[in-house]
Amino acid sequence: MSSKTFHGGVHPKEYKELTEHLAFEIFPQPQQIVLPLSQHLGKEAKTLVKKGDDVKAGQMVAQAEGFVSAPVHSSVAGKVMSVGKEQTSSGFPKDSIIIKRNGTIESESLTNEFRLSTLNPEQISPDEIRERVALAGIVGQGGAAFPTSVKLSPPKDKVIDVVILNGCECEPYLTRDYRFMMERPDDLISGLKLIMKALGVKRGVIGIENNKPEAIELLTNKIKYEHGLEVVSLKTKYPQGAEKMLIKAVTGKEVPPGKLPMDVGAVIQNIGTAIAIHDAIVKGEVLITAALTVSGKGIKNPKNLIVPVGTTIQTVIDYCGGVTDDSVKIVVGGPMMGTAQFDLHAPVMKATSGILVLTKDEVAENPETPCLRCGQCVGACPLNLMPTKLARYSQLNRFDDAEGAGITVCMECGTCSYTCPANIPLVQWIRLGKQKVLQMQKERTAK
Amino acid sequence: MTDTQTLIEPKQKVYFDLTTSPHLHSKWSTSKVMWFVVAALIPSIIAAITFFGWMQIFIIITAVVFAVGTEAAIQSIRKKKVTWFDGSAALTGLLLALTLPPNFSLSATAIGSVVAIGLGKQIFGGLGYNIFNPALVGRAFLQAAFPVQITTWVKPNFAVDSVTSATPLAAFKFDKIFTDTVPMAIGNVGGSLGETSAIAVLVGGILLIAVGIVNWRIPLSMIIGMFLFGGLFWFINPQNPSPVFHIFAGSFLFGAMFMATDWVTSPITNKGMWIFGLGISLVLVVIRIYGGLPEGVMYSILFMNGFVPLINRYTKPTIFGVVKEEKK
Repeated sequence: MSSKTFHGGVHPKEYKELTEHLAFEIFPQPQQIVLPLSQHLGKEAKTLVKKGDDVKAGQMVAQAEGFVSAPVHSSVAGKVMSVGKEQTSSGFPKDSIIIKRNGTIESESLTNEFRLSTLNPEQISPDEIRERVALAGIVGQGGAAFPTSVKLSPPKDKVIDVVILNGCECEPYLTRDYRFMMERPDDLISGLKLIMKALGVKRGVIGIENNKPEAIELLTNKIKYEHGLEVVSLKTKYPQGAEKMLIKAVTGKEVPPGKLPMDVGAVIQNIGTAIAIHDAIVKGEVLITAALTVSGKGIKNPKNLIVPVGTTIQTVIDYCGGVTDDSVKIVVGGPMMGTAQFDLHAPVMKATSGILVLTKDEVAENPETPCLRCGQCVGACPLNLMPTKLARYSQLNRFDDAEGAGITVCMECGTCSYTCPANIPLVQWIRLGKQKVLQMQKERTAK
Repeated sequence: MTDTQTLIEPKQKVYFDLTTSPHLHSKWSTSKVMWFVVAALIPSIIAAITFFGWMQIFIIITAVVFAVGTEAAIQSIRKKKVTWFDGSAALTGLLLALTLPPNFSLSATAIGSVVAIGLGKQIFGGLGYNIFNPALVGRAFLQAAFPVQITTWVKPNFAVDSVTSATPLAAFKFDKIFTDTVPMAIGNVGGSLGETSAIAVLVGGILLIAVGIVNWRIPLSMIIGMFLFGGLFWFINPQNPSPVFHIFAGSFLFGAMFMATDWVTSPITNKGMWIFGLGISLVLVVIRIYGGLPEGVMYSILFMNGFVPLINRYTKPTIFGVVKEEKK
């Protein structure tokens, strides 16, 4: 089978062998959870509880505020201890609810005491799907955590003709989506069909990188007799799972700068999101768990876990046997786009896809030298930008030039920094410049 | 907040490695790349010693020592960090040595190295800022300062009687004698230390392409350019050398693999690399056929080095998705 792809990209070492063969484990309920009110893009949810309230597992503790927002549910039964600012894995403190569990049975399994009604996926209407997805607090599981109900409600004038399920999992280490594909293929296909139904789309594609041949084979067999569904094998290359790259590989269309996938008729959903939609509708479950990969050479027992949302990173790491002595960095998310952590009290959130403990050897930091003008970053940039120039403009405070060179198009995938032999932190400079340019643009429109 | 703290054991490790993403990096660094290129030149060094004698090692040592020494001296005068071991000055010295004729004067070699690093590199601000290939700047200076010595060739060690000490290009230029391709490929002909054996150059060059240090677009576009332009002149007048002769004679391959592909002085865009390579071949063919000198690789590369900023400016890649927007 020939594999489709995009132009540019890099091939980082995958490290998937650490966890790819490990089935999901259900994480035991933690003593205490921290629930940030903003676990999604958009407006922060509005709290419905106060200190001292009793809550049940699955109960909504904060409701969506406005259209682009999502509610938050408690993942344990217990008492609200406090509502206030707590550290999150983004690096910033956010308003959060702390709930202390009152259950005493250690083996208490993670079930929603607060179940929603189950719905029949055959008879459900598109509006009912959107309503349920919004109620269940589902957000994109790919990392950006965009509220899924919004993505399922495109403006009337946009014609959507394909739904693409993102099974690339191009970030090294992460094997969460792979485990979902291997363990729950039927639920995944059911979720995909529900998404297609909500959008009124006839074509559904599951895009999978060709380093997961078992998943490609399994899903290809499952959809053999399904009308309108296909599995597309994609070349293993970072960042194949980026929205624009995936659309290019599957449909051949390029999403113009500043436009959305729906502008070229495509909607992308993550594998985990499809599963969550299936669970919300068929099982009546709200989103109170995060499926994630705990990996890296610095963790004693790498695992794939289903963790209650709100469990602190420290608790998850302890469960996996703790860290080795040579570990130097803890990252939440993938190694290419994730965030390094300084406070392990930060909780696992709805869209947390991984916790990585990296050793010095894996991080491979080399001394920075002046730019050698080798052009590696230019050749590798999947969006055809010139990272070395953008970074240079940022260093020199030439933000007008940076804007002209397309700095706001950058998606910060990290390909350029990865490939740079001079070890210049290109993405860091570009991020700085991007912030400045966006600020400039805001001021301009304000005038 | 207090409740959370009581739950967490105090013995936890504190993490302060907080760089922004990406957290993974390729294993390359500037000095690793430089030393790797030095390693890729080992076949050429062996070929030079094989055909011209072990004495040639002194030219190489002199060039490297003076290159590194000059760089260190200028860096300490400029109160910059002295980079003894980053390999970049050593590489420049080695490349310069390999462009020199066998048995070249050691004192002149030393002067060449000082000029290469001083005028070719440090005067622009050091690593990454120079416009022209430093080794070739040194070579060009020597060509002007020691025109006789630098064109005095030596018979290779395994020469049969018919082989002269003249280089294949000089033999063509002044006597209209063509040398066969096979001895040129092996290196059993007169010429500079590094350029003499095409096979040794190719071994190192292909290694560099394989690991991704050399972008294949530059050598390939030079070879294609040679077939286009060299072929054109050959077609017009068969008295002119064939493209194959052009490629194997002189320092074409050495230039294509090691000189034109110098990161700092070659374009950063893929399209730019094609223009750069084709341009070098065009200028080179003109110099070889119409110029007063038999060889022109050095001047053609230096000439195109000067165009690199311009090439970069006019070959900016189109940002993903932009073309389609305009077509609509």
